[in-house]
Amino acid sequence: MTHPATIEVLSAGALTTVQDLGRPGWAHLGVPRSGALDPGALRLANRLVGNPEHAAGLEITLTGCTVRLTRAATVAVTGAEVPVQAGARPGDTGRPLSVPAGTVLRIGPARRGVRSWLAVSGGIDVSPVLGSRASDTLSGLGPPPLRDGDRLPLGEPVGAPAPVDLTVCPTLPEELHLTLGPGPREDWFTPTAFDRLFGSAYTISPVSNRVGARLAGATLPRAVAGELPSEGIVLGAVQVPADGQPLIFLADHPTTGGYPVIGVVTDVTPLAQARPGTTVRFHGPQR
Amino acid sequence: MRIRQVGAHALLLDCTAPADTPEAVADTREAAFVEAWRAELWRRRERGDLIAVEIVPAARTVLLDGLPDPTTTAGQLTRWASAVTAATTSPDQADPQATARGRADAADVVVPVTFDGPDLPAVAEHWGVDVPAVRHRLTSTRFRVAFCGFAPGFPYLTGLPAELALPRLATPRPRVPAGSVALAGPYAGIYPGASPGGWQLVGRTDLVLFDVAADPPARLGPGTTVRMAAA
Repeated sequence: MTHPATIEVLSAGALTTVQDLGRPGWAHLGVPRSGALDPGALRLANRLVGNPEHAAGLEITLTGCTVRLTRAATVAVTGAEVPVQAGARPGDTGRPLSVPAGTVLRIGPARRGVRSWLAVSGGIDVSPVLGSRASDTLSGLGPPPLRDGDRLPLGEPVGAPAPVDLTVCPTLPEELHLTLGPGPREDWFTPTAFDRLFGSAYTISPVSNRVGARLAGATLPRAVAGELPSEGIVLGAVQVPADGQPLIFLADHPTTGGYPVIGVVTDVTPLAQARPGTTVRFHGPQR
Repeated sequence: MRIRQVGAHALLLDCTAPADTPEAVADTREAAFVEAWRAELWRRRERGDLIAVEIVPAARTVLLDGLPDPTTTAGQLTRWASAVTAATTSPDQADPQATARGRADAADVVVPVTFDGPDLPAVAEHWGVDVPAVRHRLTSTRFRVAFCGFAPGFPYLTGLPAELALPRLATPRPRVPAGSVALAGPYAGIYPGASPGGWQLVGRTDLVLFDVAADPPARLGPGTTVRMAAA
């Protein structure tokens, strides 16, 4: 009898979670979408190793993580600028690496950016929950964040690795310029709020996580006082809580919220790489 | 009904009652519109008239997310509004007293509740009644799940009259046990799992509210009618 192939976590680092493309379609039951904070980067990693794009991989945060594979596999790392070490061999991001059984794979710590995605041929084969293997840090659905010593099953590879030597990784910008689409509660804010939102720089706060990127900067004054009854939230919604400091909702966002949403960020994926202190500027869709 | 834009792929249907609506009926009317829209939109999606990844009812709104073409959808919503208005003036929706009187319905989910919550005396005091009267009120009300939120499978139950709305606790409890039956604002709710919480606890149930292996995973999804029975 053969043992099922696994990926063994030697060092989980600050936060390493299993992620795929999430579980959309359950928000009416209070289930967040979850999934990789940069789905494009996970998809790329999966394509590089010959997986379907929706296969589960690992989302690795800042400090990095170390794993051992019990069978030979093709692996690929995308996302942040990180050192990749496969056994004694230095690896690289953005390209498929073929590694023998027993290889210790070390990813990180990140030199620039925050999050990396590791795809392994065959994918991480934990049991899906509501159609997804994603770890949802808000609701607790899916596998819990990885701990040292965890062993996760690997699936059977289904496709050949991509015939590429390397891909061009997008350079991580010093400053984020986010396009803001219309928000459902624009009328709850004063003109001053919009002047400040579009005219001043915000910085990423250290309390940001997979639920949302909290910003620090000019407060956004309300035109309507009082509470907003809970309403549905979308990915990228810029919610303004009582303290007037905006919060941009990311993949693990709650399905409903009780603070007004002033706008919606068109593409939240750059926020996956934004370290605390990073400058963020908003502009309208027309620019 | 007002349609609000939400980014590039979503719309928020706002069912907020006009400002001149008496406060006592505004909540009921808004909840009736939200429920009518939710039912209509789920039906339309089922039939293929509407493509949307998420249709999320809430207190006064229904969010449509993952729309391939929000402009076209906004036009459809305007056309469907008359059917929804008709649904809200059907006898069941128009007469909140009928709900309060509590007619039996085979489709109602009966939730067995042990009424021993630590906040029962405070609720009784707030309502100006004794504890048995709180129990009686809760077991003779026909509730409906207006929406889910806060946690997977957490139902916001409407059915209590507006004048019985309750404040949240000034300091939320760090841990509310799973199955806790609670009240806050105009709603009753049931905690599917243990979590922090600021609602006033009136009882507990053994009913499993959320099970990822069940279909559907939430026992009390939006639109479900609910009765509480003393366990």
